[in-house]
Amino acid sequence: MKHTISVLVENEFGVLPRVSGLFSGRGFNIDSLSVAPTLDPTISRMTIVTSGDDRILEQVSKQLNKLIDVIKVIDFTEQDYVEREMVMVKVAAEAESRAEVLRIVDIFRAKVVDVTPRSYTVEATGTPEKLNALVELLRPLGLKELVRSGPIVLGRGAKAWKSAE
Amino acid sequence: MKKTGSQILLECLRLEGVETVFGYPGGTVINIYDDLMDSPINHILNRHEQAAVHAADAYARVTGEVGVAIATSGPGATNTVTGIATAYMDSIPMVIISGQVPTPLIGNDAFQEADMVGITRPVTKHNYLVRDVKDLARIIKQAFYIARTGRPGPVLVDLPKDVQMDSAIFEYPETVELRGYKPTVSANPRQLKKAVQMILAARKPVIYVGGGATLSDMSDDLLEFAELIQAPVTTTLMGMSSFPQTHPLSVGMLGMHGTFYANMAVTESDLLIALGARFDDRVTGKIATFAPHAKIIHVDIDPTSIKKNVRVDLPLVGMLQDVLFVIEKLRELTDDDAIVTTEVGQHQMWTAQFFDFIQPRTFVTSGGLGTMGFGLPAALGAQAAFPERQVIDISGDGSFQMNSQELATLVQYRLPVKIVILNNNFLGMVRQWQQLFFDKRYSQTCMELPIDFVKLAEAYGATGFSVSKPEEVEEMIRKGLETPGPVIMEFKVAREENVLPMVPAGAGLNEMVLV
Repeated sequence: MKHTISVLVENEFGVLPRVSGLFSGRGFNIDSLSVAPTLDPTISRMTIVTSGDDRILEQVSKQLNKLIDVIKVIDFTEQDYVEREMVMVKVAAEAESRAEVLRIVDIFRAKVVDVTPRSYTVEATGTPEKLNALVELLRPLGLKELVRSGPIVLGRGAKAWKSAE
Repeated sequence: MKKTGSQILLECLRLEGVETVFGYPGGTVINIYDDLMDSPINHILNRHEQAAVHAADAYARVTGEVGVAIATSGPGATNTVTGIATAYMDSIPMVIISGQVPTPLIGNDAFQEADMVGITRPVTKHNYLVRDVKDLARIIKQAFYIARTGRPGPVLVDLPKDVQMDSAIFEYPETVELRGYKPTVSANPRQLKKAVQMILAARKPVIYVGGGATLSDMSDDLLEFAELIQAPVTTTLMGMSSFPQTHPLSVGMLGMHGTFYANMAVTESDLLIALGARFDDRVTGKIATFAPHAKIIHVDIDPTSIKKNVRVDLPLVGMLQDVLFVIEKLRELTDDDAIVTTEVGQHQMWTAQFFDFIQPRTFVTSGGLGTMGFGLPAALGAQAAFPERQVIDISGDGSFQMNSQELATLVQYRLPVKIVILNNNFLGMVRQWQQLFFDKRYSQTCMELPIDFVKLAEAYGATGFSVSKPEEVEEMIRKGLETPGPVIMEFKVAREENVLPMVPAGAGLNEMVLV
């Protein structure tokens, strides 16, 4: 089953391998990972998407909590949350397909961020499912290169995690 | 006043109450060793870094203090890894100081460089690379705090040579601030109430005690609890010395080489109360048939231990004549507070089965990792902690030769460890598996060359005795124990004895091989 986990960690060197080691040590792949500092610059927030046996992932989550550099672990599997990912796609755009790319961009409320006579680079944000749909529509027109940020998530509602807790 | 990094390190160790450290010098710790000459801290020079870590580990196991070991960078540091992993698996509080090449050279494949923080990450509770001498005192304070609190464990501090030579104003922090680390947990009162109700309702409760009971010094409470509810007590290898094995409620060890009655008691029980134990596969056998009728209460300081291996109903955070004879005679002839260490293999299981431990922290063995070569350096560390007590390494001929160089350390520091070698000229435990499960195909388990252990002892300046007749055993043990200084007592035992009963790997506890 797919799990999305947020891990709040000390913003220091050497923390990332401690976290990723708990996954790799059990033969689990990390499907995506995004990291950046939080409101408190001494703390970074990692968003990890992984999939695997629930019981083992519960262990991983407990082990994460045990790491000295980990301040908080939030597993969003059983919570309501908002999820967004960003994608940039370089798509071939020759004479006849240029208008079609722009129509798709418009439908998905995406943006063109770079233009050449033979290509557009398109930027879009949304749920991973929406981005999948966009990519599939662009694919027949000729995808040249693609990069995705991996999802980031926040719990819904007014409640928030604060470092002072 | 400013001090150098190496002076700060030693001052921190002194303030943490460290009296004895174990180690081996080298290029990147030479500054520490220079300052050690002016420090009140004793240093024991082992003959191998692995042995230094085992010795410090056993020092911690018998005293309850944090053990400290020092090694140089590169090969010195990588030699410590087995020792660190051994301590990690058994939750032993330790601080290991490894030298590192100067910070500007890190990552350059410098001479004697190894990424110790990377190498030891999965086998330490935490580790540090010190990049600035100004952080050193805080890091050492944190290292000791992390090592000894919560579920204890080893912490490695990798200390580059230039940081040892740099200077800073020394100030030892009074408190530790680690926002991601909350080691002390009290049980939830509602859960505790439920536990009491479950215990009152149980008709056949069994108490299952692990190494956590030893580490938390709870033997007296355990005794009181067991007598109060009149439940049989079974212990793991690691929990053995926390409950007197001579007590009428003791049913001995459970698991693969557990007693028949311990394994049957667990299988038939209706409530299993697990205290500081982790349901290791050598204990449970096949999970599906482990304590099938029992509800399980699991008390442990480490939430990751709970529900890791078994379902938990209530979490709260011809044989052995001669061998048997040797071990029973040993028990008879040694003091109640004698400390026994073992290597890993048949002799270890025989010791667990036949040596009745009475006092806590008297049985020192590598339970989790199962490290051959642990016992001799461990005995050395225990003897350094308690020079006046009897310390005995019960060993096999295979394991003993994995760290036999430590005889030199014993003789040099006049540490009167008594070494019992049950010599069958085999790697006996593997041979036993080959006999039972591989049609007696003894691939590479026969130690073809018989070693003269008496001469070996003499070569190091120790004393050696050897017997092969049962009737000579008692006299030799007496003589061996009375002889001053380190002594090897070799007992040539029957070559193909087995450790029984045995639960084959993967079978249920009620499927024991008895003969």
